[in-house]
Amino acid sequence: MLEFVLERANYWAIIGLMMIGLYITFAAENMIKRLVGISVFQTSVCLFYITLGKVAGATAPILFGPDIEGHHGGGHAPATGDDAHGAGEHASTGLDAALTAAGATEPAELVNTYSNVLPHVLILTAIVVGVATLSVGLALIVRIRESYGTIEADEVREIDMQTATAQELEADKNLSEAGA
Amino acid sequence: MIDLILNLAPAWALEHAAPLLIMVPLVLAPILAVVPSGRIAWIMSIAATVGSLLLAIVLLGLVQTTPGNVLSYAVGGWRPPLGIELRVDSLNAMILLMISAIAVLASIFSWPTVNAEIPVRKRPLFYSAFLICFAGLAGVAITGDAFNLFVFLEISSISTYVLVALGAGRDRRALPAAFNYLIMGTIGATFYVIGVGFLFAATGTLNMAEMATMLPELSGNRSIHAGFAFIIVGLGLKAAMWPLHQWLPNAYAYSPSFVTMFLSATATKVALYALIRFLFTVFRPDFAFEQASFMFLLAPLAMAAMVICSFQACFQTDVRRVLAYSSVAQVGYMLLGVSIGTTIGLSAGLLHMFNHAMIKGALFMAVAGVVLTYQGTHVRDFAGLGRSAPWTMTGFAIAALSLIGVPLTAGFQSKLQLGYALFDHGWWWAVAVVVFSSILAVIYMGRILEAIFFQPPLNPRKHRKEAPILLLVPLWVLALANIYFGIAAGFPIGLARDAAAAAFGVEAFR
Repeated sequence: MLEFVLERANYWAIIGLMMIGLYITFAAENMIKRLVGISVFQTSVCLFYITLGKVAGATAPILFGPDIEGHHGGGHAPATGDDAHGAGEHASTGLDAALTAAGATEPAELVNTYSNVLPHVLILTAIVVGVATLSVGLALIVRIRESYGTIEADEVREIDMQTATAQELEADKNLSEAGA
Repeated sequence: MIDLILNLAPAWALEHAAPLLIMVPLVLAPILAVVPSGRIAWIMSIAATVGSLLLAIVLLGLVQTTPGNVLSYAVGGWRPPLGIELRVDSLNAMILLMISAIAVLASIFSWPTVNAEIPVRKRPLFYSAFLICFAGLAGVAITGDAFNLFVFLEISSISTYVLVALGAGRDRRALPAAFNYLIMGTIGATFYVIGVGFLFAATGTLNMAEMATMLPELSGNRSIHAGFAFIIVGLGLKAAMWPLHQWLPNAYAYSPSFVTMFLSATATKVALYALIRFLFTVFRPDFAFEQASFMFLLAPLAMAAMVICSFQACFQTDVRRVLAYSSVAQVGYMLLGVSIGTTIGLSAGLLHMFNHAMIKGALFMAVAGVVLTYQGTHVRDFAGLGRSAPWTMTGFAIAALSLIGVPLTAGFQSKLQLGYALFDHGWWWAVAVVVFSSILAVIYMGRILEAIFFQPPLNPRKHRKEAPILLLVPLWVLALANIYFGIAAGFPIGLARDAAAAAFGVEAFR
């Protein structure tokens, strides 16, 4: 039991971070804090992907040592796609099978074991998306602060409610004046 | 028409139609951002969307003529299971046709409203954000890669947040609405990524077609179940599935009129498409857990949306909020069709998606016209408009009747198909819910129509103020399409049936 828990330490940490992030997003009234929560949540997903890509006993997915010579000696066309993805082939047999099924040339023989590159690439994209979201969110908060004078969600709701009631009253007044 | 365009299209367009459809708006968007004049930006965005519409028609023609009805395009020459694949079958082709047709009409109609609502300095940037949003939506509809779908989803969503926030010039409530949309949308997208991560962990691939071939062996796997749940919630949030729709009414009510019209007709539809793609192509409807989720999750939620949100729509005083709540209810109809889990049910859901894009497009265009000439969206601002702006309001009325589902309109056809599918599946009680929800639609649309045509105008001195012609033409195109497709429903029904068959991966059955 203890072993089961400990060997998944990464995943426990990720689940914990995810829950913390989501809770902050829902519970905080301060908008900056909500964005912080979203960021924690997104980052925990990044950790999740990186953990998925890790192969036990493998190194970072950068070719080194004998693999470099072997790779260039192979001399395949770069367009077939195994040039970049060959590095990940030890990590995932699924990718390996897929490559052969696609009719590509045999994947390069590698001496060292590397982690799967694909999650790293994906997470690079996800980080960019996260940064874009964060910056749009912060820009919105700046505008909210300019027009409401507060960044607390409940105060903004309160102000909106007051404006709506005031508008309603004014419209009713206009209507009764028009009727008269 | 399709044959003519196919014959006229040059060879490069035929070969690279799929990536060009996304690339044209995506490349034009940064150029628009530096264009000095809003008018040039407007014309360029019309050109870009017309180009995309032509390419979408080319794709539809190609899909219908190629054997197997699937077009696959390897981006950058990287072959499918590893590289990103653009995969077009009858389902995507229909969605692409729908969103690009709406985008063309929306960009034609946009100029008067943008002129009135967006500051001069921001107009080129506004069109730039619109094109990015459109490119992202088209990308979601066209890609065959699960992670690429996330990227496009976020491209479209982030530009949508910006577009919604631009409504702040008219009403500052657009800002908190956009912020809430950002929070909810990001949670949805992140849930989707977690789900894709689980599927990737179990199958080792991100290509949807590849995933689909591997999943049947793994259908008992826990991580597949978890991934399924995360994807349903994530995409459900984006598609405004009933309890996850809280972002929608405010975002629709306070954004610029043009944005409301474009989003209501495309954004939730594309997220729903992604949901359908996962439910039917990646996962199979014959998986036990998926059948359970149809029966105990999607169908009850869909019916709850149809009834509860229609009720909420009855009590709104702002026309745009009425229409926003009605949108959530209509998403319920589509989901009900989807949750039947048969080809007929799915095709009914897709048909309603197609028709609803036309209906809500026309309704929001007419509301935009009223915002433009009378500066109000309250129901009482609509009083007596039937006499002072007959063309705008007749267009509105046609679309409203279609939303209710009056015979000879498109909305009737899709409700009829939905009814057939429900009876076919033995869910006759669900038909009762559909009818009840339609009655509620009579109440909430009838209230507005009554104000328009039978109440005296609020301010009798303002009259004969019709919406500008640029707005009337797209409005009437959509309104007439509602009638045309209500009488000659063969084209959209055929499209929807092919699309449903493609989603199931079986031979077209029409």
